[in-house]
Amino acid sequence: MRFRAKIVDLACLNHFSRIINTIAKLAKTCILRLTVCKLYFILSDKVANGGASMWCELSQGNFFDEFQMEGVAAEHNEIYLEFVPENLWRALKTAQSAKAVKIKLTNKHCPCLRVAVELPSLSSSSRIVTHDIPVGVIPRRMWNDFREPSVPDFDVSIYLPVLKTMKSVVERMKNLSNFIVIEANLSGEMNLRIETDLVSVTTHFKDLGNPPWASEDGCQSSAQGRDLESMAEACIDIKKLQQLLAGQQVNPTKALCNIVHKRIVHFILLHEEGSLQYFIPAIA
Amino acid sequence: LSRIGDELYLEPTESGLSLRAVNSSRSAFAAFLFAPLFFQLYEPGSAGPDTELFRCKVHMKSFLGVFRSLPSLEKSVGKCLILLKPRASRLVLQLHCKHGVTKTHNLAFQECERLQAVFDTQRCASRLCAPARLLAEAVVHFPPTLAEVTLGTGPGGKISLRNYVEDDAEPSKTMVTELWLAEDEFQSVAVAPGSHITFCLKEFRGLLSFAEASNLPLTIHFDEPGRPVIFTLDDTVLEVHLVLATLSDLESSSQSPSTNGVSHLPAPSDDFADDLESYMAAMETSEGCSEGPPSPTFPLRTPQPAKSKPQEEEEEEEEEEEGAVPGTPPHKKFRSLFFGSVMTPGRPGPATTQEVLAEDSDGES
Repeated sequence: MRFRAKIVDLACLNHFSRIINTIAKLAKTCILRLTVCKLYFILSDKVANGGASMWCELSQGNFFDEFQMEGVAAEHNEIYLEFVPENLWRALKTAQSAKAVKIKLTNKHCPCLRVAVELPSLSSSSRIVTHDIPVGVIPRRMWNDFREPSVPDFDVSIYLPVLKTMKSVVERMKNLSNFIVIEANLSGEMNLRIETDLVSVTTHFKDLGNPPWASEDGCQSSAQGRDLESMAEACIDIKKLQQLLAGQQVNPTKALCNIVHKRIVHFILLHEEGSLQYFIPAIA
Repeated sequence: LSRIGDELYLEPTESGLSLRAVNSSRSAFAAFLFAPLFFQLYEPGSAGPDTELFRCKVHMKSFLGVFRSLPSLEKSVGKCLILLKPRASRLVLQLHCKHGVTKTHNLAFQECERLQAVFDTQRCASRLCAPARLLAEAVVHFPPTLAEVTLGTGPGGKISLRNYVEDDAEPSKTMVTELWLAEDEFQSVAVAPGSHITFCLKEFRGLLSFAEASNLPLTIHFDEPGRPVIFTLDDTVLEVHLVLATLSDLESSSQSPSTNGVSHLPAPSDDFADDLESYMAAMETSEGCSEGPPSPTFPLRTPQPAKSKPQEEEEEEEEEEEGAVPGTPPHKKFRSLFFGSVMTPGRPGPATTQEVLAEDSDGES
């Protein structure tokens, strides 16, 4: 099992760091899945995560100048590692003026991702900072736990409002309640609502637009034939929503959510460099 | 100084006004000596044949409160008068501001004995001098919450900084960050090869920001692990000393395989293409190498009565004080700086020995 990669372009490094920052805000530990062409950051829906799950997919060519990996075996040419994304974020955070960043899987005392940063210096030789991030290697028999989640059979799919606006609304609501209700319909309307004993606050968004989903095999999904005005809703943990929004520093190319009435909200954020999906289950 | 202790010690001397502080666990001491030329007027008072120049200590917060908002002070204050009135038991800080306004602050003080840490830069085997900016840039790679850092020397004359991981922390859970600096980034390097020391980063950061702000080069004097590290800043009118206790080795340190005497690592060379590759390749091949000779056990000395020697500025010997520390043990990190050095495993009992830098020589505490 081998992995080594190198970033020399500062813009790429910057993008990559921002994505890692987003991941770090969503998950304390997660899985890094490496394949020849892609990197995936995966959080599976265990009870410990509050049932939320995440799937982030990036094309390695968008970031790395060099990327070599050899999986556990020829026919399973992938590597699954468990790690703390906050550590990787810390390593990359101070590397923003680096001449180059190299990442390598090593096994000195324990398996680590070694991030080596070469920094410019006034002297003849560069300054080198290395960060050894401990990782856990996930054995092949457990790989099935981390498959890509399928798009749920949703009732409503709608584009999200401007994330910055949504974030500031949710942040203020977070002070009042632990749970928030997201409801939306197929007429491009979405409401964010909190209700407590003392107060209820609702923010209304209009004209958001609903993404067209081509049905795969022509059969009716829950969304088709649905009354356009009827709202599908889910009550979710407000902190999870706030974390998702707080982690987005750059506006995505597309941001939408799929609501399965009273079951789950599925967020999809598409960037140039990759995609992020986040699932928040509804509170019963 | 406020990053170190809660009390500010003021000591006027013939060579200037000395401001000092020490932390509660006596593992950090700092002294700022302002020469008479720093001031528009400097009168230390007169010492009689039997009396010394008056000394006192005040609450750090009270003193800082007078100079609260630096930017507005710079705009409005013309002069500042500091006056010690022993008979009135007051330290007077008088700010002469614009428009004829005078703000007078009367701070209560306590008399005190001389606060002096025991250290001698001449006795240190190693010395590094660097512009403050270099060290600030180095320290930024470590998280703000990091308590302790290990400074070491490596192959090719490189100087390393690495976060210190406690022995009982799980190695498979802790991230280790190491930074290498080339010798020519420093203004001067005179170090014993293979030497390393571990000290508390938090107290050092305070001095570092002062050094950066005043654009003064910082000199680091250090010796064996366990002996204090001394940071100094020098200027025509200001002399600064920060003395920190360091962790002593009980057994060979497995934390820094690259900084002990036995090292197979080639120094990262100048050409980057080989630099990182060979460095990383070498890091892998050095996996099997031995840890190196164990460091000598810290010698246990018989306790001596705490006595201050006001005449001597610097002592040759460090004195230890057998201080039975009652009540809750101090925070674990300081515990390791203090007690780890002399506790042998399996040794029973609460009687702990402190390596004391500054003796608590006044009777009240």
